[in-house]
Amino acid sequence: MAEDKESAENENILAIHRKITAAFEPFDYESKNTVDVREIGTIMYSLDCFPTQADIREFIAEVEENSSGTVHLDRFMPAMTKVLLENKFPPIPRSKIFQAFKVLDKEQKGFVEPEELTKFMMEEGEPFTQEEMDEMLTAHTNRKENVIYYDKLINKLTADAPK
Amino acid sequence: MVHCELCRVPDDGGDCMALVQRLFDQKLSSLPSGSQQSDLHLPTQLCRIETKTDLRGGIEANHRTVMGCGVSKSNQFHKHSRKAIRAAVLIQRWYRQYVARTEMRRRYTWHIFQSIEYSGEQAQIKLYNFLGYLMDNFTPSSTERNLISHIFRENDVCWDSEWERYFCYKNIDVPEVYSGPHLTFPLTVEQAVGLLEAFRNKKQQLHSRYVLELLLETWKLLRMLPNINRISTCHSKEVTICGDLHGQLEDLLLIFYKNGTPSLEKPYVFNGDFVDRGKDSIEILLILFSFMLVYPRDVYLNRGNHEDHIINLRYGFTKEVLTKYKIHGKRILKLLKKIFSWLPLATIIDQKVLVLHGGISDSMDLSVLTKVNRHNYVSALRPPKRRNHSSASMSIDIDMDDDLWSTSKIYQRRPSLTYPKPLGPRECFHNRSLQDFSTRIKANMENELENSKKSEVILAAVLHTSQQDTLSVSTDSVSSDNAKDEWRQILDLLWSDPMNQDGCIPNEVRGGGCYWGPDVTEDFLNRHNMQLIIRSHECKQEGYEFCHNRKVLTLFSASNYYDVGSNRGAYVKLGPDLVPYVIQYQASSMTRELTARQSVGRTERSALKVLREQLFAHKSDLLCAFKKFDTKNAGLVSLVDWASAVESVMHLNLPWRMLRSQLVTCKTSDGMINYYDWFNELAIKGPNTDHIDQSLLETLYRHRSTLETIFRIVDTDNSGFISMEDFRQTWKLLSVYLKMEITDEDICNLAETIDSNHDGSIDIDEFMEAFRLTDKKSRLERGRSMFMATTSDLSKLEADPNV
Repeated sequence: MAEDKESAENENILAIHRKITAAFEPFDYESKNTVDVREIGTIMYSLDCFPTQADIREFIAEVEENSSGTVHLDRFMPAMTKVLLENKFPPIPRSKIFQAFKVLDKEQKGFVEPEELTKFMMEEGEPFTQEEMDEMLTAHTNRKENVIYYDKLINKLTADAPK
Repeated sequence: MVHCELCRVPDDGGDCMALVQRLFDQKLSSLPSGSQQSDLHLPTQLCRIETKTDLRGGIEANHRTVMGCGVSKSNQFHKHSRKAIRAAVLIQRWYRQYVARTEMRRRYTWHIFQSIEYSGEQAQIKLYNFLGYLMDNFTPSSTERNLISHIFRENDVCWDSEWERYFCYKNIDVPEVYSGPHLTFPLTVEQAVGLLEAFRNKKQQLHSRYVLELLLETWKLLRMLPNINRISTCHSKEVTICGDLHGQLEDLLLIFYKNGTPSLEKPYVFNGDFVDRGKDSIEILLILFSFMLVYPRDVYLNRGNHEDHIINLRYGFTKEVLTKYKIHGKRILKLLKKIFSWLPLATIIDQKVLVLHGGISDSMDLSVLTKVNRHNYVSALRPPKRRNHSSASMSIDIDMDDDLWSTSKIYQRRPSLTYPKPLGPRECFHNRSLQDFSTRIKANMENELENSKKSEVILAAVLHTSQQDTLSVSTDSVSSDNAKDEWRQILDLLWSDPMNQDGCIPNEVRGGGCYWGPDVTEDFLNRHNMQLIIRSHECKQEGYEFCHNRKVLTLFSASNYYDVGSNRGAYVKLGPDLVPYVIQYQASSMTRELTARQSVGRTERSALKVLREQLFAHKSDLLCAFKKFDTKNAGLVSLVDWASAVESVMHLNLPWRMLRSQLVTCKTSDGMINYYDWFNELAIKGPNTDHIDQSLLETLYRHRSTLETIFRIVDTDNSGFISMEDFRQTWKLLSVYLKMEITDEDICNLAETIDSNHDGSIDIDEFMEAFRLTDKKSRLERGRSMFMATTSDLSKLEADPNV
């Protein structure tokens, strides 16, 4: 029994390792099992994790090859495996995002104006850059009314989420 | 103080407690000092929050009264601020994850298109090699040879005066009903601009008489140009350099709109690949040629690998010309064949910047290239034959000591192995546009095993024919080494791509094209005392990309190349300081403006459709691969095994696991995939194809481009029809090439399917349509040309016998 359990766990870990390798490889341009440190965020996101920027920085600090700007798979693998096993940065349920938007939309209008959103996203939390802000606005503002219906936005983005 | 529900900040890990606290503290400390503790001196910002009437405030007030926990104003601020911060952090990380995922999708979508594009090019080269081999080894009397020999024939007419006579346009009348531009020579700038206007606004086609006249004048000019043009940016004149246009007239119009048309003050260099794939290749040529005639010292054209009639057969230019110019198309194509061979090979600016289409190699020598007779290289894929040899079998490149057709020597073009676009500073790793997966592409679709089997079959076929006839391949040619070297350099110039690693990976027998590394760039630039290489040839998402320490610049000017929204185009301005200044753009007439993220969805769907078709086309091989994993013969494989099997057959190095959900919708509950069901999902059915053998259909589908190319080659008079007999011969050719057996019965069944009226001829287009073999995504198919808007327009043109 214990053996079965152990082998099931091992299977699980193997599967996780494969997953991590598959996510790492596309960024390993020179086939040296290293990636640029600036790609780590994207890799983590692609593994269905939702870290904050602070989380990413912390993670990098653990795995980077002494400020070389690169991360080797040898160090990435155990750290990332831990993250996945512990489910450290789980996906955010829709309801939570909804609540978050509601904090901004105090009057519960169901939408937010581009200016409000911009101020919010670029001043609070881990601020968006101008580029990120522009992208969000261009993609999701209702052109006629010039507002953002956040329930639609949430539906759209979560519909694209991995199954 | 008692902390009740509302004022306690909930601790559930997912809300990044520590972070929120830290950000909150940061915020507090950034407020004017002395205000943190005081209830009375809240900063205006907070007052605003405080005094805003909202439900929450109301609830809190109530709450305060009821619970009596004495929540103070500053605590409210704290609470609200924390809430705001928490909400912001949540939204931000949620949104950034979405952005990163979208970026991944964009990259593999790009990869799909690129790998399919390149494998198509490779298939074309293979086909050409195969046909060339047949040419060199079949006797003059063999039927197969006669079918294809005309594409290898040197230009029928050798002497220039005969050329002029052959292309005499003077007897072509322009009817009164023609409302397009009338050209008189020598051309003036007003006429060139008028041509531009006609194409842009009125969408008119230039009459074939003027086309021929224009082409003749162009040819006369090109003949006088050296192989390598040298220009200078004196008097602070900036040179504008454009990359591949590929028949996308809209992009050229956009460049002229943004940058102005060519003139004495505004010199231009166009870096090849003007034609193929897009739908207005001929119009682009006509515009470029006319401006060149008006400003011969200020408009420079470099040859690209698509300025090649063999490539044009496959990639749409031949078809476009024949469609637009039904009567005189063939003549126009012949003249273009000559013109392409006369296009200069490269341009050097201020002796310091080299502009050429493909790239360099470690053996490239500009002094050799300066002296070469470039017009002998009608198609870069085949070395020139000396003029007076007999047409039977002398080939200066095939050495009988080499393997006849060994796989490793087949030219393979893979996407460039360059550095990704430079990433931003370390802090902003949440947004980027990164390099695609193209560096990881390995071999092409057809595997090595298949190829080596093919070579055996060909050998057998050849030996069989040779029993009656003698093979006479001569290895004797006086300057064959020199010629070989020249040819290799031209091929490299037109086809090479840069890579990350040092070195130069050449190809062997065909000697064509290579991957060159940063050390080769360094060495080349030093040797020639230059500082920058500007080249094109590869599509880049931003329209341009630097590599090799910014010493090589790739420039691509066809935006939305793979699909709407797939990439931007770019052009470069170079002043006397020789610092390249890049301008980007994206033609957007087809749809409203989309952000890069939005357009991913569209492009992704296209790419996946193409990918599904490719998977279907490899069904037999996939089935074999699956069966190896399916030891219990249950028709099921696990996800992991599915991914491995697919990769082992397709060799595209794609993240199959990620793609799986988009490619396979049927799945059993325990996560296994029923691959028979999957094939049913993928199946593409043509009408009434039940009587056709499934594996034949699959082969047809996989090689449809090759099939169509061969049809067009065989269709010597370019009528769009081939005789039944030639149809049969085509299949014989194909069966050798693909090492497949195609029986006479098969051929009859195929002919029947398209319901030819048994008059002895087969309509090529109809045939391709019948088997759903036309690639609906091809640009030629998709939007109709600007010049064929409606059927009534078409019939108007047809009424004019001279167009």
